Amino acid sequence: MELFEIGLAHYLSLAALLFTLGVFGIFLNRKNVIVILMCIELMLLAVNINFVAFSAHLGDLTGQVFALFILTVAAAEAAIGLAILVVLFRTHGTIAVEDISTMKG
Amino acid sequence: METITLSSLIPIFPELFLAISAMLLLVIGVLKGNSSTRLISWGSVIAFAIALLIMTKGGIDTEPALNNMFVQTSFTFFMKLLVMAGLITSITLSVQYLYQDNIIRFEYPLLALFSGIGMMLMISANDMLSLYMGLELQSLSLYVLAAIHRDHIKSAESGMKYFILGAISSGMLLFGISLIYGFTGSTNFELIGTTLANELSLGAVIGFVFILAALAFKISAVPFHMWTPDVYEGAPTSVTALFALVPKIAAFALIIRLLFIPFASLHDQWFQIMWLLAFLSMAVGAFAGLRQNNIKRLIAYSSIGNIGYALIGLVAGGEAGLSAVMVYLTLYMVMTAGIFGIILCMRRDGYGVTDISDLAGLSRNTPWLAYPLAIFMFSISGIPPLAGFFSKYLIFQAAIESGLYTLAVIGVLTSVVASYYYLRIIKTMFFDEPDDKFDSTIESSRKLIIGLSLFVVVGFIFNPSPLIEISANAVRGLF
Repeated sequence: MELFEIGLAHYLSLAALLFTLGVFGIFLNRKNVIVILMCIELMLLAVNINFVAFSAHLGDLTGQVFALFILTVAAAEAAIGLAILVVLFRTHGTIAVEDISTMKG
Repeated sequence: METITLSSLIPIFPELFLAISAMLLLVIGVLKGNSSTRLISWGSVIAFAIALLIMTKGGIDTEPALNNMFVQTSFTFFMKLLVMAGLITSITLSVQYLYQDNIIRFEYPLLALFSGIGMMLMISANDMLSLYMGLELQSLSLYVLAAIHRDHIKSAESGMKYFILGAISSGMLLFGISLIYGFTGSTNFELIGTTLANELSLGAVIGFVFILAALAFKISAVPFHMWTPDVYEGAPTSVTALFALVPKIAAFALIIRLLFIPFASLHDQWFQIMWLLAFLSMAVGAFAGLRQNNIKRLIAYSSIGNIGYALIGLVAGGEAGLSAVMVYLTLYMVMTAGIFGIILCMRRDGYGVTDISDLAGLSRNTPWLAYPLAIFMFSISGIPPLAGFFSKYLIFQAAIESGLYTLAVIGVLTSVVASYYYLRIIKTMFFDEPDDKFDSTIESSRKLIIGLSLFVVVGFIFNPSPLIEISANAVRGLF
């Protein structure tokens, strides 16, 4: 069945879709900063799908090595994001997105 | 796969040295606690100074290190020199501020040190992987630095904003890199360059645009500038000084290297994008700065505008344009160092003040702060014969030589508009009724930095050729 054979294009579409979801999640979300952190993670993981799909398609290992590096950095990034979130909650008493706007202009 | 020998690591010695000393200083900090902040600050300054020496000894145009992931040319040499000088300056400026504002944390100079390693790695990167790792090391340290005053409501908020927008830009950068990798089959700059010169696929162009957008975030070019005013205002002033001095120079160096090595064959595509970025940055920097009352916010818009001028030189391209960019960035860094040296002295009753109206009557209270600030403001607004005028002149000259008349005219007009807010500061200092005096305890190292910047800004009038020649030489290493 030619129709159900999953190829490079499918993986790329999936990654692009997830990436777009992540970006839109950040800009449309008006509720909670934690959701933003999840969306950032979603963006990075979407990129990983891209890298691994290309790596398999090209028969070249660089993409998979890159994906491992991204996973590591994403973990560090999540740690720092959550740490800043804790600091933010201590000073503001809330993590609602619309309340984080002392500075404007 | 070649084996790693000690001599093959010579180009990366400065970074290695900095990494090792950062870890040693970290151990000292953990053992002795926050009381060692001053010691670690001066230790980091000394580490940068030694790394500078090592880099000078190592020389330029050596073999690429680490499996062709890391290069050292005269261009990267010059840019790394600027980055290290900027970091030495900003750490020196911050020591007294940390104690005055009670942010006595030994992590502060260490984070600056780590961000410095990241910036140097990203300037020298010759592969998308080393570029990404350098960029992230830099950004992650800077996110924490922005939020380091953690009891302060604005500092935490600016840290969060910087983190979210920075993370989006890293995501876009990665998405772009993944497309470039998929459509060219490599992550090495030279290999990408040759592949793209042979055939240009739509996927690669899309990936390239993603990368460019992400880097425009890092240099805060309009329309990717939203984070800059908030982060500059909210972060502790010494951190703002660091943000204004260094990371943009590193990101700009990276953009230049990317545009002229892997993406040189995409010149027609990036020419229009950069043209638009330059135009928008100059316009927004000039007009949005007009209604600012906070001096840190004002400097943020001023830096957006100045990035616009530097981008003109990039659009003009060629040896003249790029060396004009480097002169521009150097002098901008020098002037900003002086300006922040003075802003950090704006304290009343032990608290920092940052409104422009707080400067009222400074010329009568503390003339030795008012006159240097006036000179820096005249210089940055481009009034002859100060250094800032020459750097703008070189940029516009390069633009006209490559036929960018519209951009040059817009640049001159916006710099006239922007001079309004620089001159407003001078007017406040010299003609408004004096306010209370500022606290007068100022460390001698800060005076030294203000003095040095003043020396360069005025001395450039008498002997501009060394800097211009050095940057012209550095640019030759790029092609």
